[in-house]
Amino acid sequence: MPLPADFADLRPYAAWALATEPERYAKRLAASMDEMQSFYDAAFARLEDAIAYIDSFPWDDLPDDARSLLHLMQSLVMVSFPVEVWKQPRVPDSGAAYLDLISEPVV
Amino acid sequence: MPHFAKPEAGSWTEQYPELGTGPVSYTDSIDPAHYEAERAAIFKRTWLNVGRVEQVPRTGSYFTKELAVADTSLIIVRGKDKEVRAFHNICRHRGNKLVWNDYPGEEVKGVCRQFTCKYHAWRYDLEGRLTFIQQEEEFFGVDKGDYGLKQVRCEIWEGFVFVNLDPGAQPLADYLGELGKGLEGYPFHEMTEVYTYRAEIGSNWKLFVDAFAEFYHAPVLHQKQAVKGEADKLFNVGFEALHYELRSPHSMISSWGGMAPPKDPSMVKPIERALRSGLFGPWDRPGIEGLDPLPPGLNPARHRAWGTDSFTFFPNFMLLVWAPGWYLTYHYWPTAVDRHVFETSLHFVPPANARERLGQELAAVTFKEYALQDANTLEATQTMLKSRAVTEFPLNDQEILLRNLHKVARDRVEAHRVDEHKAEEDLDAAAR
Repeated sequence: MPLPADFADLRPYAAWALATEPERYAKRLAASMDEMQSFYDAAFARLEDAIAYIDSFPWDDLPDDARSLLHLMQSLVMVSFPVEVWKQPRVPDSGAAYLDLISEPVV
Repeated sequence: MPHFAKPEAGSWTEQYPELGTGPVSYTDSIDPAHYEAERAAIFKRTWLNVGRVEQVPRTGSYFTKELAVADTSLIIVRGKDKEVRAFHNICRHRGNKLVWNDYPGEEVKGVCRQFTCKYHAWRYDLEGRLTFIQQEEEFFGVDKGDYGLKQVRCEIWEGFVFVNLDPGAQPLADYLGELGKGLEGYPFHEMTEVYTYRAEIGSNWKLFVDAFAEFYHAPVLHQKQAVKGEADKLFNVGFEALHYELRSPHSMISSWGGMAPPKDPSMVKPIERALRSGLFGPWDRPGIEGLDPLPPGLNPARHRAWGTDSFTFFPNFMLLVWAPGWYLTYHYWPTAVDRHVFETSLHFVPPANARERLGQELAAVTFKEYALQDANTLEATQTMLKSRAVTEFPLNDQEILLRNLHKVARDRVEAHRVDEHKAEEDLDAAAR
């Protein structure tokens, strides 16, 4: 899905607009720190604008472009830990541990 | 120097003299015979939480629950009369599993009008009555009235669905006792926005209960989660709970924390500042009834820094209620002495907009980061316990809930052993 026209600057990161946590988590683990840093910087700068844009529509009836933008911002939340704290894609001291999300409220 | 007051007995643990203060044996977590005894003495005769009423919202809604620990699978279903019932998931004809899809070990859910066995098409209604036998005339005097699904005790407390394989078990509300009573009225039913996670863990079930039943580990294991200055402060201070309470077999710990909003914004990460959320959940309470005042069982110390209360309902159900108005559950389903399935669900009030939704997203993502660190210690502990190089361990006052859990589990196994032995003796006596 395309992003809203006002968010053309985020187009290079459109691949982060993923609807589910397993997709976002897998992309995070597969990404380099440089990729995540660059996505984080671009998306964080537009977080407030994005929330304002999405919230200009009824929450239970979002158009597709607003939905994509929200998915992108959900990925921002996902990469915030590697970028802000870990300096690596995976949480430290977690070794082989895993925790699969099996149901979530998908927007 | 304690930062929070301890009880007059001098410690939380010494308030309950039956717990003792000596080192605790962890052979109960590695001995296969003890595990077998736990299955019979605990899991086959104790109330087990298997879900919420929201999972069976209307007539015909059902889900299955695999209970490897009790050698069975259950169907939980809402009948035409709106009652929620539980049945063993077995067809009365020749024992096929009644409700499953492609893989018999996988749990399923859905809505149906009746249950039809895929083997020979025997049919059961939503109340468990056998309604149809394929080629009925071929059978020898089989009365359908005698072949309904085998029912299991099923009761509901505050929307939580519990089952008990022991037909003679005391009523659920009596079992949950004072700790359960103190939570009644909390608006669990409003918190229907659910994130559920699952993992298979290479440890005894009690070890993961232990991991979440104390916060002594938090400033150490999770040190890197906080921003640097804050982490150092937490590490140096250590952890002390606001309050502990034991109502055997259940227990609870009340903890401070949450910082919502933090006194100094630099104490938290940029994304937390932007979304006003974090480990303790969104900083702003949802606008629903029932959060103020809270039920009397929450924040028992009535402390202004209260952050979360964690209840351990024996044996394997933990319920955490967080100050900003959401709750979390943990379940530990044993599959072997050194394995279990861990399930956890976060429950929020449904968001009304993107800002609230992203705040919940951050809480859920943060939760997983912590839980992965918690989960990763367990297999390491299990393998070293198995070495038996050391079998007894000193538990501190902030680990009182662990002391209680292991004692209750051991006591139940022992009491069951005595009962069984007595039953055998009675049989022998009758035979003579």
